[in-house]
Amino acid sequence: MEIVIALAIGVLTGSGVWLLLRPRTFQVIMGLALLSYAVNLFIFSMGRLGLALGKEPILQAGVPNDLSHYADPMPQALTLTAIVIGFAMTALFLVVILASRGMVGTDHVDGSHAPDAKEPP
Amino acid sequence: MNTLTAVFMPHLVLAPILLPMLTAACMLLLREEHLRLKLALNIGATLLGLLVAIALLLWVDQPGATPVVYLAGNWRAPYGIVLVLDRLSALMLVLTSTLALATALFAAARWHRAGVHFHPLFQLQIMGLCGAFLTADLFNLFVFFEIMLAASYGLLLHGSGRARVQAGLHFIAINLAASSLFLVGASMLYGLTGTLNMADLAQRIAQVAEADRGLLHAAAGVLAAAFLIKAAIWPLNFWLVPAYSAASAPVGALFAIMTKVGIYAILRLWTLLFGMGAGVSAQFGSLWLIGGGLLTMVFGALGMLGSQRLGHLAGYAAILSSGTLLAAAGFGQPLLTAGLLYYLPSSTLAVCALFLLADLIDRWRNDGVSFAPYEKQDNAPFLNAQLVPTEGLNLDTDEEILTGRVIPAAMAFLGLAFMACTLVIAGLPPMSGFIGKFAMLTALLNPLSLGASSGLPLGATGWTLMVLLIGTGLLALIALTRTGILHFWATYDRATPQLRVLEGLPITALLLGCVAMTVQAGPVMRYTQATADALYNPALYVQAVMSATPRAAP
Repeated sequence: MEIVIALAIGVLTGSGVWLLLRPRTFQVIMGLALLSYAVNLFIFSMGRLGLALGKEPILQAGVPNDLSHYADPMPQALTLTAIVIGFAMTALFLVVILASRGMVGTDHVDGSHAPDAKEPP
Repeated sequence: MNTLTAVFMPHLVLAPILLPMLTAACMLLLREEHLRLKLALNIGATLLGLLVAIALLLWVDQPGATPVVYLAGNWRAPYGIVLVLDRLSALMLVLTSTLALATALFAAARWHRAGVHFHPLFQLQIMGLCGAFLTADLFNLFVFFEIMLAASYGLLLHGSGRARVQAGLHFIAINLAASSLFLVGASMLYGLTGTLNMADLAQRIAQVAEADRGLLHAAAGVLAAAFLIKAAIWPLNFWLVPAYSAASAPVGALFAIMTKVGIYAILRLWTLLFGMGAGVSAQFGSLWLIGGGLLTMVFGALGMLGSQRLGHLAGYAAILSSGTLLAAAGFGQPLLTAGLLYYLPSSTLAVCALFLLADLIDRWRNDGVSFAPYEKQDNAPFLNAQLVPTEGLNLDTDEEILTGRVIPAAMAFLGLAFMACTLVIAGLPPMSGFIGKFAMLTALLNPLSLGASSGLPLGATGWTLMVLLIGTGLLALIALTRTGILHFWATYDRATPQLRVLEGLPITALLLGCVAMTVQAGPVMRYTQATADALYNPALYVQAVMSATPRAAP
């Protein structure tokens, strides 16, 4: 399971960084979204005692109250907060991207392309 | 004053966060046509915030005072979120509130009408800043950072226009990436130590297993990268100058404190986590901080030298100040830190004043139009692409006509204020920038104290910082003087500047703040020295946080 999570985080981060470095605003926002998915998965995997596999998330009667029997609740709380904040920021960024597209007339991140570049049809 | 504060303590610690939040919430209920009411609310709340911050500063500066710990949810320290007010937090709170009041007054003259929702966003920005300075929990710090950033995105776009949207795009993208790094670093620290409380972290760093040491350093590095982006350290600072100079003047001036948040976070966390008590990891990353700071100083000074627009000049001045602070912080010496804590408020006030001045001078240059003619062709203000002076610039041709004319008061004000800014930023006597730099230079040469440390050699990094402290001051002086000459002396056929009292007042107040710091240098230095001593003796902080007991149920 560790290797699956690690690969997922790695692939998401790699794609996210690559897209973040692309010149189109849509690619940038997709890159940021993928990065935040990768970060959320990463926070999940950072519980005490590593990944919680097959452990109870909620208190159950008869199970000893310690971390070796339960999933660490802290990363879940952190992930939830991070998801909410990341979602809001992405929405805000989307608005700015649309404003920029409307004002400048191109979706290049610098607002202009090379002088000899042709306008897309 | 302290007896009055005692009535409200410890709940007054919460006021710098709650006051702006409630004010912003109230203002959101008002429709946009109640602009005057919103303005009054904004200025009133900011003024009240400043008074509260000063009361808190006086409170923590009592002899023998320990950090005030506020258990926000009435849970014991490592479990619940804790707010801690110590000397450093109080200093930053007063600085934030001063800047906020000055920029709110400046915005009242005209800028707050440039778009909608200026006042609620402004208050939310103050809430985020104050929260970041008060919190003692790593994840809570992240949340306050995001509040501050979300408000700053809105403020940066205030007034709209192509330049702002463009700069805002870059600003948001880089800050979102930085937030991801922050989360990665914070969660790694949690995975290693099982806590996010800063004081608890400080205790557990020394006990991290040897096999996890590398992971700990990686976590600290990732977290530091997030703060260094905020603090605008080279090479992570290319977003700053376009964003700050594109922002409307009061917003850019308020943003002068934003780079200091990064410096604050590094100073706080680095001394707590990697102080002398951290065992093998003590002083981890010191050379990186010094190196990054030195490179940033060079970058900022060269940028100042190369910029013709006043907004860019102020932006690079912010970078120079943040580089100086970081390099000095990296040495981890109490005396040097005391000097840098003196330099921090004075340079922040000066950069803030310079942003406000830049707006007034630019408006005067453009005869009241918000865009200068050269900006249509993307030229620089004084030289065109062929390095030939642009039109409307008098280089010593009609000198005689200018003699014997009375200098208009507004122009004299602009000139004198610009000169004062120059003195503080370049670090020349008699203003406070000089005292700050002088304190840092003295501390570099005498790391223990004056006379006590003779024979202690100054390393290569120490000499470099010394040379750069003086050298960047010279470069800043050249850049600012040249700009001043071009703006105030080499000009003709231009109407006298139209100033409102509301525009002159905040600039005067900011610069008077610098003057007050100069006159009261002794008490201020004593305060910063006590702050630095407390920073390098984190046991007090840790003990205060960990021993705070929740209140019994009534």
